[in-house]
Amino acid sequence: MVDHTVKSYDKELDTLERRIAEMGGIAEKMVIEAMDALANADATLAQQVITTDSRLDALQREIEDLAVMTIALRQPVAIDLRELIGAIRVTGDLERIGDLAKNIAKRAVKISGEARVPRAIVGLRHMNEVATELLKDVLDAYAQRDVERARDVWARDVDLDALEDSIFRDLLTHMMEDPRNISFCAHLLFCSKNIERIGDHATNIAETVVYVATGETLPAERPHGGEDVGYDLEGLHDESSA
Amino acid sequence: MSQQTAAQAPAKTASATKDKIVVRDLEFYYGQTHALKNVSLGLQEGQVTAFIGPSGCGKSTLLRVLNRMYDLYPGQRAEGEVLLDGEDILSKNLDINLLRSRVGMVFQKPTPFPMTIYDNIAFGIRLYEKLRKSEMDDRVESALKRSALWGEVKDKLNASGLSLSGGQQQRLCIARTVAIKPEVILFDEPCSALDPISTAKIEELIDELAGDYTIAIVTHNMQQAARVSHYTAFMYLGELVEFNETKTVFTAPRDKRTQDYVTGRFG
Repeated sequence: MVDHTVKSYDKELDTLERRIAEMGGIAEKMVIEAMDALANADATLAQQVITTDSRLDALQREIEDLAVMTIALRQPVAIDLRELIGAIRVTGDLERIGDLAKNIAKRAVKISGEARVPRAIVGLRHMNEVATELLKDVLDAYAQRDVERARDVWARDVDLDALEDSIFRDLLTHMMEDPRNISFCAHLLFCSKNIERIGDHATNIAETVVYVATGETLPAERPHGGEDVGYDLEGLHDESSA
Repeated sequence: MSQQTAAQAPAKTASATKDKIVVRDLEFYYGQTHALKNVSLGLQEGQVTAFIGPSGCGKSTLLRVLNRMYDLYPGQRAEGEVLLDGEDILSKNLDINLLRSRVGMVFQKPTPFPMTIYDNIAFGIRLYEKLRKSEMDDRVESALKRSALWGEVKDKLNASGLSLSGGQQQRLCIARTVAIKPEVILFDEPCSALDPISTAKIEELIDELAGDYTIAIVTHNMQQAARVSHYTAFMYLGELVEFNETKTVFTAPRDKRTQDYVTGRFG
């Protein structure tokens, strides 16, 4: 795109862009490492993920301040306004993704000393890979303002929903097989919900990409995969605000 | 049943979709210079339409066509059609004085006449109507109220119009325009010589006048266009590039040139 007549305006938008890219990289790494820590009972790595979250929070505040300042001083319109609104939205989603990864890491610390059910983690790992892939793709789509790719991520979130359902059944089976598995598997159940939420935030970012690039909004209702299993873990236990 | 609905529906929305002025295939020349190229658009009744674009794009020229202001200058001519309520105002047989009473204009610099505040308003009315003193007093008062100036001048109606501040003078000019009960008001950069508070007062006034009058405003201040208008026309090099609802022009314009202009990327 052509530069603004006022160069410092472009500099502000560039800075914003770089900060978001940095946040995206950190959030992605946190999601991967949280699962590694969980799968390998690695409390040290889990602790690192937990500590990293504060960096994400600081970046979010910085991005919001910068966006608010730019809106106040430049009165942006059209594409510039959409970029700034997009930045505020994406930074919120990335911060939440960081929180969710942190939740998984906290559970990794909690269950690192417990009796383990290695088979139960296989499905969860796969689910996390799918979520990570969605996140990576949507961040690329955001960086390149690639509407097609964003729409693709938006549509693929159904896979994650379906996986969550199958993991739910799988974990129930393990718990019924042997009551000693219940504690461990219950923790994994919460983790699967966290991963599913990460996918939702990735689709939010996909919607933002479409809005930034075109000014249009995607339909409010996304396609849903899997059946309603009739539980709401978020209502049961919300530790994500920590 | 139908009466009931008509009574419930506000009068403004009932006429909101009607074009008060329709411009069709308009070409304009300053001697050899081709200043407007194939411009077509409609100004909706009771709505505010803003014209934006870089200097020399033809926006003021277009405004000057709408009340035949260009007639005053030799060598300037317009081709095409400009219909006011279906009647072509470019027609040679048109009564220009009548046209200008229907289409009023407010200029960039306030232009009060060197006479009292009262006479500034009464002057125009006397050209068109013969009123008794008490009726004239009422008309002057209502025009000054309409332009949000009454409270500031009601105790000094015999003071000179030139004694007022710039913002007050501009509102006096608007009162003078409103006094002859026009149907359309053209504003050519009405706030470019005013401070921000006077500007806000004029914008508030435009907002109040919309609905009762069809308004066209030319402005270099894009934020002003965004604030006061319902529709925005972006012009460039004599062409109408984009004409759309203001919210679309300032959030997701369709044409790249519009986007570059409103975001400050014009090379």
